[in-house]
Amino acid sequence: MSTAAGTILPATKGPIVNRVEATSAIETAALRSDRFRLEREGEWKRLETILGAMEKGRLRRLSDDDVLALPALYRMAASSLAVARETSLDASTLAYLESLVQRAWFQVYGPRVGFYRWFGKFLGGKLSQSVRDIWLDICIAFAVMIAGTIVGWLVVARDQEWFYTLVPAEFADSRQPGASREVLLETLKVEESASGMSAFAAQLFTNNSSVCILAFALGFAFGIPSLLLLVQNMALLGAFLWLYNSQGLLPEFSAWLAVHGTTEFFAIMLSSAAGIHIGRKMAFPGRRSILSAASEAGQRGAQVMVGVVLMLIFAAVLEAFPRQLASTETRGLIGGFMLIFWLTYFFAFGRNREAEAA
Amino acid sequence: MSTLAYDPRSHRGRRQRQMVTPEGIALPLTVGARGSRAGALILDYVILLVSTVAIMIALFYIAEGVGLTGNFEEISGAGEFMIIVISLFWFIAWNGYFMAFELGPRGATPGKRVLGLRVASRDGGRLTPEAVIARNLMRDIELFMPLILLIVAPFGMAGLAGWGALLWFLVFMLFPFFNKDAMRAGDIIAGTWVVEAPRSKLAAALSTAGAASKGTSTLTGAAYKFGDEELSVYGEYELQTLERVLRDNRPEAQQAVAEAICRKIGWNPGAGDERAFLEAFYAQLRARLEGGMRFGKRKADKFS
Repeated sequence: MSTAAGTILPATKGPIVNRVEATSAIETAALRSDRFRLEREGEWKRLETILGAMEKGRLRRLSDDDVLALPALYRMAASSLAVARETSLDASTLAYLESLVQRAWFQVYGPRVGFYRWFGKFLGGKLSQSVRDIWLDICIAFAVMIAGTIVGWLVVARDQEWFYTLVPAEFADSRQPGASREVLLETLKVEESASGMSAFAAQLFTNNSSVCILAFALGFAFGIPSLLLLVQNMALLGAFLWLYNSQGLLPEFSAWLAVHGTTEFFAIMLSSAAGIHIGRKMAFPGRRSILSAASEAGQRGAQVMVGVVLMLIFAAVLEAFPRQLASTETRGLIGGFMLIFWLTYFFAFGRNREAEAA
Repeated sequence: MSTLAYDPRSHRGRRQRQMVTPEGIALPLTVGARGSRAGALILDYVILLVSTVAIMIALFYIAEGVGLTGNFEEISGAGEFMIIVISLFWFIAWNGYFMAFELGPRGATPGKRVLGLRVASRDGGRLTPEAVIARNLMRDIELFMPLILLIVAPFGMAGLAGWGALLWFLVFMLFPFFNKDAMRAGDIIAGTWVVEAPRSKLAAALSTAGAASKGTSTLTGAAYKFGDEELSVYGEYELQTLERVLRDNRPEAQQAVAEAICRKIGWNPGAGDERAFLEAFYAQLRARLEGGMRFGKRKADKFS
């Protein structure tokens, strides 16, 4: 087939002859453009077969020759398309070539990194980098969380009726204003066995992840619903803090919460910040178009969200086991350690490499 | 020529975009039609729903088999394991289905594949995992929240706030209708779009055999030769319509077209040998038009 396309022929004296080893079909074709096509269609079909195998993910079935030939075949098909556009009026051949070149383009210029390599790079710095890139939004989310907690506390402190408004009925159970110290202590107690705990963890994880994905997605509405969601959740926390404080149990409650809370609240903060980031970048895209600013922010946010889901797995395990099984001091220690771990990972890890790259 | 009145290209024209490859070739892309995208979405959710529910039922059977009851206090190890499997399975299936398929080499879920669509990066670069993740994290607010509110709000279950929220979320749901590239909110934040991924087969060359090749009918032996004036009445648009008629190979259509051409060029339409007549006319018209193309002269249609 190599004689068909792209071979160089020296100019010779005499009438023009067709030097291609023509098959009978090529000879009988009345039109020059059809001869052009018949000479090349063998290579087009070979490309099509290779693409079919690649699209089905059967890369192993391809011979080395085929894999090596792919870029050349793609370029040949692309130049065939360019020539055919100018010389041929065969609509079906043009449509075929267009779809063939498009498919080949997706395969040739879509060298996908394998998932494991992507994930390795992701954990090895890209996640931390993305988190650092949205530092301003994290600050906003953090400020809103603090404000929400304070509002929750103050509102309940002023009028206890607010407690029932802020706290959904399924959370309130025995933890209500006016509950005695013993009742409240009971809710923080250490469980004797780990039975049922991992099932609890799995459900916590799926529930929290869904909430975080929602907080992220809401960021598209210029971040405001993400903020509202944050305020509402943190007001709930404020109300509980007030409740336990009223019986002098604040340290115990904080430790109980910190085990998983430092991880979980961090994750919630990050997902809201990622949402706010998208909203902020769309509202103030700077010199770029809104679309390019939005897609850049969105892809950064998506990386943060993968990190959030990973954090929530940690949080669920911590919530189910150490929180229910460990004593107050251990709880506080684990929570503090996790917080330091995340802060180091996100804000200190990989900074040197970045500086080198820059 | 009434059979030539319909041109599917003009309907698709508004969705055509150009992507320039590094070789400098303008590759046409067609933005996926909203209708086929909706069809793909429905198909995907049917597949997802049926398969996850089937697997859930199987999992519950197994859970019952290992002695799982509603009582969480005295739960067996196997039962607890089953709860974990069930809750994680549902979460992973519903969040991972779209991501896993769109990250594959075809860039499309089964539903999109059936309808000939794929996800592509809007800037012509490659489709990254981040983009696929970002576009699929938005499904909650684009589809599920509006649907829930659509069910809840009209019955007054959420009051005025429900109506407000419904309007708010309808903005996201109807987003693809308000931009020319039919992007949904997820596409915007991911920098992606959904384009048609046609897989056309290479049809046979038309000028290799029969009357197209020699100008002589194999059926009647009649030689069809057309003069310059006779061929000059039509342009590329008519040629491509004629190509479709020949490839479809429906006798009634061929007869009607042959009659219309004869009327136009002042021939006497025969009967029974329409295909040969059309093949010859097609080949000679195409030869003339392609000859003109080589000298930079193009004739778009019969009016030009």
